[in-house]
Amino acid sequence: MNIKILGTGCKKCQELEKNTRMAVEEVQVDAVIEKVEDIKEIMKYKVMSTPALVIDEKVVSTGKLLTVKELKGMLA
Amino acid sequence: MFNQLATWLVVDVLNMELTSRLGGALHFFIYDTTKILFLLAVMIFAISFIRSFFPPEKVKEWLEGRRKGVASVMAAFLGVLSPFCSCSTVPLFIGFVEAGIPLGITFTFLISSPIVNEISLVMLFSIFGWKVALIYVLAGITLAIVAGYIIGKLKMEKHVESYVYEIAAGNEEVNMQGRDNRTFAEKIKAVFSRKELKERTIFAARNVVETIQKMWLYLLIGIGIGAFIHEYAPQDLLVKYAGEGNFFAVPIATIIGVPLYSNAIGALPIVEALLNKGVGPGTALAFMMAITALSLPEIILLRKVIKPKLIAVFVGVVTSGIILIGYGFNAIL
Repeated sequence: MNIKILGTGCKKCQELEKNTRMAVEEVQVDAVIEKVEDIKEIMKYKVMSTPALVIDEKVVSTGKLLTVKELKGMLA
Repeated sequence: MFNQLATWLVVDVLNMELTSRLGGALHFFIYDTTKILFLLAVMIFAISFIRSFFPPEKVKEWLEGRRKGVASVMAAFLGVLSPFCSCSTVPLFIGFVEAGIPLGITFTFLISSPIVNEISLVMLFSIFGWKVALIYVLAGITLAIVAGYIIGKLKMEKHVESYVYEIAAGNEEVNMQGRDNRTFAEKIKAVFSRKELKERTIFAARNVVETIQKMWLYLLIGIGIGAFIHEYAPQDLLVKYAGEGNFFAVPIATIIGVPLYSNAIGALPIVEALLNKGVGPGTALAFMMAITALSLPEIILLRKVIKPKLIAVFVGVVTSGIILIGYGFNAIL
């Protein structure tokens, strides 16, 4: 599984990355987590509010700081 | 209710007299903070619930291809309902350009969003009453529309960083995917389903917690500075330089407010204290509008997508607008 966190470096983006790492660890899925900070890369996913979460190249959430519990639901 | 709570806390829990100076100050502090926090929680919940229907992606879709006049008024009102975190300024800007939304209308949205929102409404209402709150909202919306119109007329498109257009051009194909093909009836049905309502409620409740977590420090600092002004700022000096008699009070207050970064929460207790010291109401409100509308961090973010000349025009137009509004307020309030 390939997970990308899109965000230009605000606090919420960092927290989303932290939550995602925790969720991946708890669900124990095999995943590569990548933080995308380059605005050109971010805009390729057509998101307008950050942080956004991309799983296997599909945007699953924008503008929200997801909780570990919600993330686990998405990863399972 | 808040009065009783404050009295109970000060008298029964802390064992202080209300007539003592510290007891009185503490009572005022507890009363003010609990009242504002309660109003905020209610308002943020209500607005967040409504807002969950207006994500920026949708706003963009609605504005696409509309007649300029309609789009500009819509952008101003949608800006009120759909505030964005300042860290989303850049993706938002690019998204709008990509959708072919005119530059002026994009700026209308960028201006109205931070000036007018539920937080400034609650604070203005609790301090000045609904009349001032309403006038402030109308002034903010007008400013956003007029400033956007001027920026649009100046044909500044070439002062947007070229990579923004490159992104826009490169993404066109993706644009067509992800379109919502459901009929109107299906959409309405989906909106009122149990699951959606539950999600929106959770979203709203979480927004309340997040916003208050983010704001409480600003609120305390604001009240602190307000209290300081209240106790120590020399009244005659303030009235002399910032009272209604001084013609330059409004522009000076506005220019001081522009680089400062705070939200309505931090700004209003300061504004309230200034007012009590005899500063003109227009001067105080222009100060607050300048603090919320423009800030150094936001300008630095915008620099990533637009060139210095357009930034200068944006700051100049908005600042002049705020100064005019300040004079207007001083004249009618």
